[in-house]
Amino acid sequence: MAELKLIGFLCNWCSYAGADMAGMARMKQPGELRIIRLPCTGRVNPLLILKAFQQGADGVLVSGCHPGDCHYNEGNYYARRRLELLSRMLPAFGIEPERFHFTWVSASEGARWADVVTEFTGKIEAMGKA
Amino acid sequence: MRIGVFVCQCGTNIAGTVATDKVAEAALAMRDVLHAETLQYTCSDPGQRAIIDAVQKKGLTRVVIAACSPRMHETTFRRTIGQAGMNAYMMEMVNIREHCSWIHSDIDTATDKAIDLVQKGVARVRRQVPLYSTTVPVTRRVLVIGGGVAGIQAALDIADSGLPVTLVERGPTIGGNMARLDKTFPTLDCSSCILTPRMVEAKQHENISLMVNTEIEQVRGYIGNFEVDVRKKATCVIEDKCTGCMICQEKCPGKAPDEFNAGVGQSKAISIPFPQAVPLVAALRKEHCRRFIKGKCGVCKKVCPADAVDYEQEDEITTEMFGAVVVATGYELYDWREAYPDYGGGQYPDVVTSLQYERMLSASGPTAGHVQRPSDGAEPKQVVFVSCVGSRDESVGRPLCCSVGCMYIAKQAILTKEHIPDSQSYVFYIDIRATGKGYEEFTRRAQKEFGAIYLRGRVGKIYPSNGQLVVMGTDTLSGGPVEIEADLVVLATGFAAARGAGELARKLNISYDQYEFLSESHPKLRPVETTTGGIFLAGACQAPKDIPDSVAQAGAAAAKVIGLLSRGEIETSPMVAAVDQLRCIGCFKCRDVCSYNAIEALELRDGRQVAKVIDSLCQGCGVCNVACPPSVVSLKGYTDNQLIAETMELLR
Repeated sequence: MAELKLIGFLCNWCSYAGADMAGMARMKQPGELRIIRLPCTGRVNPLLILKAFQQGADGVLVSGCHPGDCHYNEGNYYARRRLELLSRMLPAFGIEPERFHFTWVSASEGARWADVVTEFTGKIEAMGKA
Repeated sequence: MRIGVFVCQCGTNIAGTVATDKVAEAALAMRDVLHAETLQYTCSDPGQRAIIDAVQKKGLTRVVIAACSPRMHETTFRRTIGQAGMNAYMMEMVNIREHCSWIHSDIDTATDKAIDLVQKGVARVRRQVPLYSTTVPVTRRVLVIGGGVAGIQAALDIADSGLPVTLVERGPTIGGNMARLDKTFPTLDCSSCILTPRMVEAKQHENISLMVNTEIEQVRGYIGNFEVDVRKKATCVIEDKCTGCMICQEKCPGKAPDEFNAGVGQSKAISIPFPQAVPLVAALRKEHCRRFIKGKCGVCKKVCPADAVDYEQEDEITTEMFGAVVVATGYELYDWREAYPDYGGGQYPDVVTSLQYERMLSASGPTAGHVQRPSDGAEPKQVVFVSCVGSRDESVGRPLCCSVGCMYIAKQAILTKEHIPDSQSYVFYIDIRATGKGYEEFTRRAQKEFGAIYLRGRVGKIYPSNGQLVVMGTDTLSGGPVEIEADLVVLATGFAAARGAGELARKLNISYDQYEFLSESHPKLRPVETTTGGIFLAGACQAPKDIPDSVAQAGAAAAKVIGLLSRGEIETSPMVAAVDQLRCIGCFKCRDVCSYNAIEALELRDGRQVAKVIDSLCQGCGVCNVACPPSVVSLKGYTDNQLIAETMELLR
């Protein structure tokens, strides 16, 4: 079986820093996920996620600051609305909604980030290639 | 297009798991890459020189650096390629350390991933255009939040440099927790004797404006220009008129808990926390005042010789601009009662916290320095100290060390002997952590000179028996259980973040950890900065610390603030949104979603209304970019083209 292709869109201030924290603490994680850094999850265009699935992504993960903690005040709220809607529409495009995951990881939650990656990768592994 | 790729080995940090030469080799096959090399430490001087050399010799126009997190060294390398004569933004960092070599052990997995990431970086940098930053003037005024020793020190240091400072304190006086201490370790300096002159200095300093009973309501803006609303809470006392004579406190019939004395003794509904309070102004607490509870009373107004009492006073909100903010909100003691039912959970009056005991020892405390146990006022002869209550205890979810408990126990054991010469102190401890200058010697003195008996082990239970308390614990050195009869038990309670620290952090947009201690930007190299530019940390709001460390950190934060504001203006990030005005349909959805009011309407010559980004206000979040129906707003540095290219590259 070809290797899984997983993409993560992470905001710079919380989740990317959380992933850095996990790295600094040498928390081992599965190796399939590739991270794309953004200033804010509010910058994530739902079309970008569809594009990723269209191009053959087996799973897409978006992670930002916790509600109330957004570096830009409310970018993650916009992201939440947009992405909630997107995940409900995914079946209409023939994409299993479980392949898409939206979550919050703060800059101090390295361990949580490692868990998120491990769980998400495990879930997609169980589902197989898209 | 001429792209150079530099793969950092970071000693063995990266090269240990990633075959960096393979990554460089793979990079050479990527589109437009005509130079690729590995470097041992890219951030070092030779590393940076190698980049400059390659740029100049090979005429590179774009650079990809595969190394550590861009959060660590992006600015370093922007400066490097700037020195090489390139536009600083024509560089992309990909993270093959924190996100790759450090989290994988398999060399093939890590190497494949590193190559993918470099490919992504190349795709992205190919679509990068030069960006130019502008400068904005800064407000040369500083806000210090919290009037404890750290806040006072930061305010004084900044004010001495000539910058105006507003020092905001939530309580009725500055001084913080240090003002409640009797003596300080390891010198046994009198705490008030060293602190109160600094408090007075802060009050009298020409560059400091002091606001007590004041909280931060809202914060807008960004580094260099923060717009802050502060709420001055109604205290029913006109600050300018009050002379601090304390007649109101004397005559007030309403009893109230004595917060300054940590609940030892009682205070009045209208009161001044302690005689050295700064400012020396009374405050009325409505929740304890008979006039506000029962609707009748008015004694304080009648007796006030200065006519300073005003029951109609209301909260006042004012707005001011600041260029930088120092957060020094400090700590409070962990509330142990619920977590430790075996220690009585607060039911036994003779089990007190270390801060309550400190007030009992203090000559300015409620017992005027005569140690009396709360239950019957008798002088205790056997005093037992229990260390690590609410710290270093996983079972209550507090694994952190309070960092000062060992030291203040030694201090209080010494003071106990000084106050009551025929007393005996026992100390239950896990380890003695005495790492500061003169600290180890001090704990030895407590044992040798002052006869404190140290027992290594945790206390399992405290229970009353025959008018005394029995402390049950283990002595792990002799290997057996011990029971000690105590007249008074002092719990060395750990530190918790100040109440509301998390809420304040959210208002300031800075990070905090699970205990609500505020997070520094980098644990080693940026210990007083936060992840938000222009906001700095001082003292125990960041983590438990003692007084010297708090003061040192406050001085460091002050230096950072002075450095920031000495330039008069600061560079803004050029990674802001831009509107293609020819294609803009004038729907202003971008303006609706912008949190910073950074988008305005512009009328073109043909009368069309289009959106325009105010660069100096735009913070570069990109929310507008997504909201734009015809996709004509684009965030520089994170354009749709760049993100799509990165995504496609990773899925090839």
